[in-house]
Amino acid sequence: MIPGLLRNKDFWAGMMLVGIGAAAMFIARDYRFGSALRMGPGFFPTILSGILIAFGVCIMAVGLRSGEKIKENLSIRPLVLLPLSLLLFGILMELAGFVPALVVLIFVSAASGKEFRFMEVLLLTVTLVVASVALFIWGLGLPYPLLRGF
Amino acid sequence: MELFNNLIFGFSVAFSLQNLLYCFIGVLVGTLIGVLPGIGPMATIAMLLPITYNIPPVAALIMLAGIYYGAQYGGSTTSILVNLPGETASVITCIDGYQMARQGRAGPALAIAAIGSFFAGTVCTMIIAMFGPPLAEMALKFGSPEYFSLMVMALVTAAVLAHGDMLKSLAMVVLGLLLGIVGSDVDSGIKRFCFNFFELTDGIGFVIIAIGVFAVGEIISNLSDPEERQVFTSKVGSLYPTLQDMKQSIAPIIRGTAIGAFFGTLPGTGPAISSFSSYMVEKKAARDPSRFGRGAIEGVAGPESANNAAAQCAFIPTLTLGIPGSGTMALMLGALMIHGITPGPMVMVQQPDLFWGLIASMWIGNLMLVVLNLPMVGVWVSVLKLPYRMLFPAIMVFSAIGIYSTNNVSFDVYLAAIFGVLGIAWRVLGCSPIPMLLGFVLGPIMEENLRRALQVSEGDPSVFLTRPISLAFIIATVLILVVMVMPAVRKRRDDIVG
Repeated sequence: MIPGLLRNKDFWAGMMLVGIGAAAMFIARDYRFGSALRMGPGFFPTILSGILIAFGVCIMAVGLRSGEKIKENLSIRPLVLLPLSLLLFGILMELAGFVPALVVLIFVSAASGKEFRFMEVLLLTVTLVVASVALFIWGLGLPYPLLRGF
Repeated sequence: MELFNNLIFGFSVAFSLQNLLYCFIGVLVGTLIGVLPGIGPMATIAMLLPITYNIPPVAALIMLAGIYYGAQYGGSTTSILVNLPGETASVITCIDGYQMARQGRAGPALAIAAIGSFFAGTVCTMIIAMFGPPLAEMALKFGSPEYFSLMVMALVTAAVLAHGDMLKSLAMVVLGLLLGIVGSDVDSGIKRFCFNFFELTDGIGFVIIAIGVFAVGEIISNLSDPEERQVFTSKVGSLYPTLQDMKQSIAPIIRGTAIGAFFGTLPGTGPAISSFSSYMVEKKAARDPSRFGRGAIEGVAGPESANNAAAQCAFIPTLTLGIPGSGTMALMLGALMIHGITPGPMVMVQQPDLFWGLIASMWIGNLMLVVLNLPMVGVWVSVLKLPYRMLFPAIMVFSAIGIYSTNNVSFDVYLAAIFGVLGIAWRVLGCSPIPMLLGFVLGPIMEENLRRALQVSEGDPSVFLTRPISLAFIIATVLILVVMVMPAVRKRRDDIVG
């Protein structure tokens, strides 16, 4: 049975590829295409985008004829919290320094797990922060301030 | 005789104190990671790449290679002891290995796995030493058209033979090529697909994609897995296999090595397919196939030799031609590039210490695995008890610092977060990210070769069909595609890969 469009794996995979291909082709219009003899910066990307769109259309067609259903059950929690923890790490590295960035990174990413035991995470945080400072700052000599503004 | 001189030179490089140390660290970390279920070699190598920035390229490659085959080895320990494959290549070892463990014969199973792996490693070291130089010499004569066609062949083969939907894998290769050319164009200097971010001028960092898609993506999908893992460990018992065990294992080890060496060299097929094929072969060859699944030692000896052989022979195309056949090999090439070495046949001429040192170190590393790991089984078992909820924050810490330290800009960390989400989206949609990584590594080299090939031929695209070697690559590519589209072959492939 062909699954409904909303949960049709191949249809969406095709859509994504067509979407990326079309966007890339659109952006690559601004780059000189040149000729086969003198390939411009737009030559290779335009051709690749074209191929990508063609593949995307084929995969969409497969999806419409005999598509597979999306069955991965993703939990939203790690999907949101893990990228968020990286985002916060990046921001805090600029604003607050190495140690606070790590602490937040560990707490937020640990919160994305199924179980969150506060004391355990606290212990893990202390261990990982000490180990990272020892290895990266003192050992490898990375030039990051442990704490900014002090 | 040149072979021996080369090998002796290799050993003289590998036996330096520094290289021995990095080899040891690599093998140790690799085994540790291999033992832990839920952290694959891809994620580990990606995560540890930044640590190798400050050490010389030879040592870096030796360490990363050690992680790779160490992980292969560690995976088998977990399979045998707790019936959980540490990574895909050791899924098959679970079948008979775990049965042996339940019968109180975990020791012999582990020992045979180690002996088989060591034998495979030794043979493959010789194979690489013998076939590497002539292959590189041949490749040195290639012009741009040949190189371009070779890359097309490698990418198509890798996409088509690898596990997963063929069309999607091919599409992911193309997507990877597109991602690979982000940044300023070498020819015109125009910034392509940079969206005015100066951080993208040099292209998307290799480490960012590798960590984002493979490390972060893997954690997200592990955490979404509803199954709780439980670890039951069995007693290891005596380590020594009986004479009977040894006799039964000799032929499977030799066959497994041959199978692994073959599949390992081909792009797209690697340790996983090798160990599956070896198991099939052993089951067919056995006088009493019903023993399989109930603790037949051949079912451990063959696949374990095969996956180690494959892991090692995968270095042949990577080192001699500069063409990666698998995701891990793409990471190795990425590591070379980070160290400013252009992968390809010139590596062997310009940096013989890198090539021969790495090969010799692989043999030493395999020896270390046998000597060190068997007595350390107890340690690995206790490592297994570490819960995943303590592990993944540590992986995040390593990943984040690794990415940030590459260019010291937060932008890279944000980009990795985006790639983490993209990686998950691809997985959900059934698009394997590994072909994408292969395309990503080869993208700029491919464009450059296409440009030069067309310049030489004065804009005539038929140059790829009129030069004989290039034509041969194109014909091979078409043949592979035709064969794989045939329904019978396709079904068989799905059976093998499962």
